[in-house]
Amino acid sequence: MEFGLLQVWEGGWVSAIMRGAAITIAVAIAAMIGGFVVGIICGLIKWGRIRPLTYIVDGYTAVIRGVPELLIIYLLFFSSVEFVTRVATAFGYAGLADSGYAFVIAVIAIGAISGAYSTEVVRGALAAIPQGHIEAARALGLPGPRIFRRIIAPQMLRIAIPGMNNVWQVTIKDTALVSVVGLQELMRTAFIGANTTRHPFIFYLIAAVVYLAITLVSQTGIDQAERLLRLRSRK
Amino acid sequence: MDLDLIRQAVPVLLKGLNVTAMLTFLSVAIGFNLGLGLAIMRISSNRFLSGFAKGYSTVFRGTPLLVQIFLFYYGLGQLPLVKDNAALWWVVSDGARCAVLALALNTAAYTSEILRGGLMSVPAGLIEAAQACGMSRVLRFRRIEFPLAIRQALPAYGNELVLTVKGTSLASTITVLEVTGYAKRLMSQTYAVFEIFAIAGALYLVTNLILITLVRALERRLMRHQQR
Repeated sequence: MEFGLLQVWEGGWVSAIMRGAAITIAVAIAAMIGGFVVGIICGLIKWGRIRPLTYIVDGYTAVIRGVPELLIIYLLFFSSVEFVTRVATAFGYAGLADSGYAFVIAVIAIGAISGAYSTEVVRGALAAIPQGHIEAARALGLPGPRIFRRIIAPQMLRIAIPGMNNVWQVTIKDTALVSVVGLQELMRTAFIGANTTRHPFIFYLIAAVVYLAITLVSQTGIDQAERLLRLRSRK
Repeated sequence: MDLDLIRQAVPVLLKGLNVTAMLTFLSVAIGFNLGLGLAIMRISSNRFLSGFAKGYSTVFRGTPLLVQIFLFYYGLGQLPLVKDNAALWWVVSDGARCAVLALALNTAAYTSEILRGGLMSVPAGLIEAAQACGMSRVLRFRRIEFPLAIRQALPAYGNELVLTVKGTSLASTITVLEVTGYAKRLMSQTYAVFEIFAIAGALYLVTNLILITLVRALERRLMRHQQR
């Protein structure tokens, strides 16, 4: 009674929280993949200082890294909600705005944030590749795409792993912010549960434990992968 | 129209900037000292103390700040222990005070990791030399370990300051009206979403730029023996 653990069990909240956690993980993975693609493209632009584009990328990373994530989410959500509803109603889907739409906006917002941090990681990894390797490949007459595929990409990916691990940790935690725009992920589920049962303490505590479990489990997994890669490269 | 909007939005957002600055200042002031304490606990040979510091930093760095803020603001008030304690209730009952509490505890966890790295980078020989000179533990920490550790840790701590400024935006979710809170309100009132974002974003960027410049200046001052 005091804690509300019973209500959590009897109200079917356990499965709701599990579903929320699954959506959180799905948003995080989708945003991470999107962000990594953005990061590789922008990282290459920044590394090569490709003239007009590099200024755009500099602006993008400076804004994302200096402005609160919440404000960026509000920008993307409020500016798109009007546009999307207009398009959806024009095509006769008035109810679209509350189904898959929140998920898409969440992935775009978190992906844009994660992309800016990935850009910095990729740029740093590219800068860490010895210049001599690329010059040697050029001297051998390898064409540009093959230099990237055989020399740059494999080294860059390996150097970038610890940094991408950090980005992943930040990305998981950032997904909690999209709850403010109504996507029913873990945080939103906890919020609804807290309001319905009037037991906020237990619900937010459960949410915190689930987030902690997600970050700790993925941390151990990544550590394991890193160790394997290091072993293989030492042979 | 556009000029009108700016004339209307800028004073409101500047009012929010005051609150943002206040939240940042208080949580950094509390969080730095807590973090320093945790870093010292973490490197101590006492298993209980270092275990506690490690657990603390794992929990606070492994969960989203938003969850921590909601847990403190909505959750703690429910506990009889907090409800019956006048001092604790004073903190938890107000959004701004609660945001400072959550932000300070959160930044303390990150600060402790940064300072621990700095403290561990102090060469053992220097500490042994200080011991050999007969310095007490406190004096040794004040004159040898801390000054060297903070030099090492300052660049990373600058990043943490920026993250704390960004973290204050979450206070808007528990009724505190700071820059992001006002920006959200203005966005839904005026529908000029992009313009409001640009003004609010610029305020954050300028704040962070000032902070980073200050940290760089402090770093230069602490490292002045290496110039020339």
